[in-house]
Amino acid sequence: MIIAVASGKGGTGKTTVAVNLALVLEKVDFFDSDVEEPNAHLFLKPDIKITSEVAVPVPVIDAGNCTGCGKCAEVCAYHALAVIPHPGKKSQVLVFPHLCHACGACSLLCPAGAIREEARNIGVIEEGECGNIRFLHGKMNVGEVLSPTIIRRLKGKVRPDAVTIIDAPPGTSCPVVAAIRGVDFCVLVTEPTPFGLHDLTLAVDVVRQMKIPFGVVINRAGLGNDAAEDYCRAEKIPVLAKILFDREIAVRYSTGDTLADKSPEMAKIFTELYQNICQVKNEADRCS
Amino acid sequence: MNVCVTALGPMENSEVDPRFGRCAYFVFFNLHTRAVEAVKNPNVEASGGAGIQSAQLVASRAAIVVTGHLGPNAFKTLNAAGISMFSGATGTVKEAVAAYEAGKLARATAPDSASKSGIAS
Repeated sequence: MIIAVASGKGGTGKTTVAVNLALVLEKVDFFDSDVEEPNAHLFLKPDIKITSEVAVPVPVIDAGNCTGCGKCAEVCAYHALAVIPHPGKKSQVLVFPHLCHACGACSLLCPAGAIREEARNIGVIEEGECGNIRFLHGKMNVGEVLSPTIIRRLKGKVRPDAVTIIDAPPGTSCPVVAAIRGVDFCVLVTEPTPFGLHDLTLAVDVVRQMKIPFGVVINRAGLGNDAAEDYCRAEKIPVLAKILFDREIAVRYSTGDTLADKSPEMAKIFTELYQNICQVKNEADRCS
Repeated sequence: MNVCVTALGPMENSEVDPRFGRCAYFVFFNLHTRAVEAVKNPNVEASGGAGIQSAQLVASRAAIVVTGHLGPNAFKTLNAAGISMFSGATGTVKEAVAAYEAGKLARATAPDSASKSGIAS
């Protein structure tokens, strides 16, 4: 089973939930797919064994064969190519590799065959372990934008038979969709604040459209108001766990410490969370 | 010869828009005839590549650009097209053209703002 932990709003506790859920499971594969800002390694402290580059193909113009026709810039949806006219001379093509989404249209459609592709590294995937946990995460290079590409490459390392936890990026846009596509269950972590609830409703829209069974974890319960719980009740969304707003948890988090392996009460919360996930998932399977 | 001034409006007395790629209007000022022609910038809300697109638009109509700031992609594109760039312009379009003609604006020899810095400002 692949379980993704997402949220909508950032900072609600995705990583806290994902990491501690991993700690209560006997044997698990853990993927931190927040490639723009991975942080699960700060808590799990994995021993990284393998680092592999993530490269994408970007165009290189052969100025000798280029006729300056402009077809490449015309078909580029991301304006990664510009054709500069030079009166009386051949036009010049400029390439902006950072804007390229590596679709391959320019090299495919160049009538002169003057475009070849060159690999450009945009990040790395690191793989290692911490105890029984197989740990992987992606790290995108600063200034890059193709996080979904790195997330898809990372997820290519998911083993079909393993219980897998994917710590998703925040938000509800392309990186999140890339992270949760194809998972068996999605845990949405929220906090009982107006902002937390607002973004939870956006995340719920996403998982419903993607037809992924899901439930909610309310983190920092007791802070703010009951609106998130009221919303879940009204929408018939199962609340899988509640984690109290507790200074001790915040102190532990701030030092990179974990919870479920440190106190029986915390272990119980995350063990029950996993049981609730399995139960809701089974009910969803029966209904479908 | 045309000077292109980035502006918040389409008139000679419109304020200079400090952004290049995402400025509201390109105001083209003919230094010989003193005629003014404005083009609404279609790249204001482009998700990316605004500077490159705007630079190509301007390069086909003017030889000189007067603006507030230039990002790296706009600079690279305008430079390749052989356009003279002057940054740090303020006031109205008319005042910016006068400042250019009086030699009071500094020629831009490098980009002076970061990618995406013109978004939603």
